[in-house]
Amino acid sequence: MAKELWKGNEAIAEAAVKAGCKFFFGYPITPQNEIPEYFSKRLPEVGGCFIQAESEIAAINMVYGAAGAGSRVMTSSSSPGISLKQEGITYIACAELPAVIVNMMRGGPGLGNIAPSQADYYQATRGGGNGDYRTVVLAPATIQEATDLVQEAFDIADMYRIPVVVLADGMIGQMMEAIEWRTPKKRELPKKSWATDGTNGVRPHNIINSLFIDAGDCTVQNRKLAKKYQLIEQNELRYEITGEAEPEIVFAAYGTTSRIARAACMRLKERGIKASLFRPITLWPYPSEALKAEAMKPSVKAVITVEMSMGQMVDDVRIALQGAKPVFFVGTGGGTIPVPQEIEEEAMRILGR
Amino acid sequence: MMKTVYQKSKGLTDAELHYCPGCTHGIIHKLVAESLEELGLIGTSVGIAPVGCSVFAYNYFACDMQEAAHGRAPAVATGIKRTHPELTVFTYQGDGDLAAIGTAEIVHAAMRGEKITTVFVNNAIYGMTGGQMAPTTLVGQRATTAPFGRQKEHYGSPIRMCELLSTIDGTAYAERVTVTDVPNIVKAKKAIKKAFTLQQQGAGFTFVEVLSTCPTNWGLSPLKAIDWLKANMIPYFPLGVYADRTEEAR
Amino acid sequence: MTHEIIISGFGGQGVMAIGKTLAEAGMKEGMDVSWLPSYGPEMRGGTANCSVVLSRDPIITPLVQYPTELIAMNKPSLIKFEPAVVKGGLILVNSSIVEIKAERTDVRAAYVPCIDIADELGNLKVANMVMLGAYIEATKVVAFDTIHEMLAHIFTGPKAALVELNIEALKRGAACI
Repeated sequence: MAKELWKGNEAIAEAAVKAGCKFFFGYPITPQNEIPEYFSKRLPEVGGCFIQAESEIAAINMVYGAAGAGSRVMTSSSSPGISLKQEGITYIACAELPAVIVNMMRGGPGLGNIAPSQADYYQATRGGGNGDYRTVVLAPATIQEATDLVQEAFDIADMYRIPVVVLADGMIGQMMEAIEWRTPKKRELPKKSWATDGTNGVRPHNIINSLFIDAGDCTVQNRKLAKKYQLIEQNELRYEITGEAEPEIVFAAYGTTSRIARAACMRLKERGIKASLFRPITLWPYPSEALKAEAMKPSVKAVITVEMSMGQMVDDVRIALQGAKPVFFVGTGGGTIPVPQEIEEEAMRILGR
Repeated sequence: MMKTVYQKSKGLTDAELHYCPGCTHGIIHKLVAESLEELGLIGTSVGIAPVGCSVFAYNYFACDMQEAAHGRAPAVATGIKRTHPELTVFTYQGDGDLAAIGTAEIVHAAMRGEKITTVFVNNAIYGMTGGQMAPTTLVGQRATTAPFGRQKEHYGSPIRMCELLSTIDGTAYAERVTVTDVPNIVKAKKAIKKAFTLQQQGAGFTFVEVLSTCPTNWGLSPLKAIDWLKANMIPYFPLGVYADRTEEAR
Repeated sequence: MTHEIIISGFGGQGVMAIGKTLAEAGMKEGMDVSWLPSYGPEMRGGTANCSVVLSRDPIITPLVQYPTELIAMNKPSLIKFEPAVVKGGLILVNSSIVEIKAERTDVRAAYVPCIDIADELGNLKVANMVMLGAYIEATKVVAFDTIHEMLAHIFTGPKAALVELNIEALKRGAACI
C-alpha cells in the first residue's frame, strides 16, 4: 500500500474512524485541535456524530453515556483538559465501559504552555481520578505507531471494558510523517450485552453504574477490577529494545524522548560506547520484567531514564530494578525537549569517561 | 375471580423505594413510569439517575438506566441520544445536581436542543447529604449550611430554572408543576407525558420541573411540608408553562 | 545523505508549505520523511518555522538541531538559525527582503530574490515555490518531475493553469543557483 503523509492529530482521528469509532465528544485545546476539527468533518461522512461540548467535563460524560449505550466512542484533549476529564474517567473505569481517550500532553503544571511535554505520566498511569483503578496507557513514538495503536486501543477497550489512554505529546500531534494504513490483529471481542440500548421488553433492564453503596459490594467490585488488571498485565505488555546487544548503558524512554534517546545511542556508538534503548509502548501495564532483564545483563553499568518531565517514569524504572542497577535521570520539564548531546554527556559522566 | 382495580406501573421494578416517609419522589417516579408505560416506551427508553436522593433511581425504573456523576446527567443523556437517536432518553435530577454543579450541562443541553427530557425535582434543599443549602433554597429558609436562613446579601436569591431555560431557543417545552394534591398530580403527569411525546416527535429539549417536599430536612411532618411548599415555594416558583415552542402552540 | 532542513520566515510566507511539499516529494521518491512545525499561540503574523528531514535511512528524530540546509525567508530567521547550520551546509536567503548576507564562511550561501521573481510572474503567492526551486536545484534532493506530478494532482479543473505558473516559479528559482 502506498505511503501517505499525515499530520499526527489528523492521523489519530482517521485511525479511530477506521477502527469503527463513529462518535467523538471533545472541547478545544491546543495542541490537539486538529483531532476534533477532523472528526467534525469526517464523522458525518460515516453516519456518525461529533459534538463540541461545553467543557471537557461534559465531553467525557457524553463519552460515558455513549459507551454505556454500547457505541465505540472517543475523546481527546491536552493536559489541563485531561485533568478536567478525570472525574469521568474514574466513573468509566468503575462502570467498566470501553472508551478511548487521547492526551496530547503539553507543558504544565497549571495552564503551563502548548509545547510538548510528558509530565502527565503519573496522572495517566496511576489514575488521575479517585479510587483504585487503572487505564491502559499506550505511548506511540511515531505517527505510524500512533495510527496502529489508536485502532488497537478500541479493541483493547472493548475486550476488557476499560478506558484506554493514548498518551502522546504536542510534537507527535503536530508533526507529519509517512504512514501506511494497517489493521490490527483481529481479536475475538465479547458482545456488549450489558449496554443500555433499550430492553425491547426481552431482557431485564441493564444498569450502568459506579455506585456500590454497600462496602462489601464495593470491595467485590474492586477485586473484580484488580483481577482484570492482572489479566491485562499478563496479556498486553508491549515494549521495544533497540541498540547494542551488550550495552554499558541502557536508556529507558517512551514516545518522543525515546527518539531523542535513540539519537544519543547513535552518538555514543560513534564514541565507542555501547548503549541500548528500552522503550515501553504500554506505560500501564509497565513492562518491568523485560526492563529488568535488559538492565541485568552483565555489561550494563547504569540505566538512564529520559523524559520531558522532572522525573516521573523514572519511578517505574526504579520499581522494576529494585536497586539492582544504578538508575539516573535526564529530563526537562515545562515544554522544552532534551537534546541528544545532554543525554550523551550524562552517559559519559556516569561512565567516568 | 378478583378484579384488578389498581396495579403498579410496569415502568417500575419491584425494588423497594428508599425514600423518606412523606417524600414526593415516590409520586414523581410513579408518574414517569406510568407515562413511559402508557406511551409504550419502556423497552426503548434509557433513564439517567443523578447524584442526590434519587441516586438509586436506576434500581426503580424498569427501563435501561445509567447512573451519572453529580450534575452530568444531561451530558450522559447527550452521549446516549446522539448515538441512539431512536431511544427515548430522560434525566431525573434534583436541585443541587441540576441547578448547582450541573448548571453548565443543563443549559448547554437546552442550547443544543438536545432531544431529551429532564424531570427536575426541586425541593429547595440538598436531601441526601443532610439538608445543606441548595441554589433553590428560599431566602430566609434554614439549611445546615445556612443555620440562620439563606441571606440574600450573602448568597443572592434562589435560581428559577424553568424561567432560565425557557429563554433558550432549544427548549421546546418547559413547565413547572407540583404534586401536592390530586389535581396537581394529574397536571404533573400530563406535563411529563407531553414532554416524552414531544421528544418522540423530535421537538427539542423538554423540561418538567416538579416542586417537591423534603419533610425530613425541612423538619416538618409530611402534611405540614405540603402546606409549607404551597405557602412558600409556589409564590416564588410559580406553576405553569414557561416555554412551548411546538407547532401546536404556535 | 540525510537532509535536515529548517525553513523559517514570517507567518503567511508559505514556509510550512515549502516543508510539506518537500516532505511529500521525498516520500513519493521512497525516502523516510518528517515535517515538524513550530507552533505558537498566535494565528497570524509572527515567526513560523518548520523542520523537515529527508533520508534514505530510517529517521531517528524529527527534531532538527543542526540543519544541513537553512531556508531563511526573512532576516530574523537568518540571524537566528545561521549559527546552527552544519559546517559545509547550505543557506538560502530570500534576498528580496533580507538585505544582509550570511556571515559564515564555512557554509555555502545563495541569494534568491524570490518575491521579486514572483512579482515578475504576476503572483506574489508563488515566492515560496521560487525558493523551493532554488533549494531543489542546489541539493538535488528530489526530482523536479516529482513536484510536477504533485502539482498536477493538486491543481485540477479551473485551477489547472496554476500548474504552469508554479512550474515556472520553480524554474526561475532553480536558475538562481
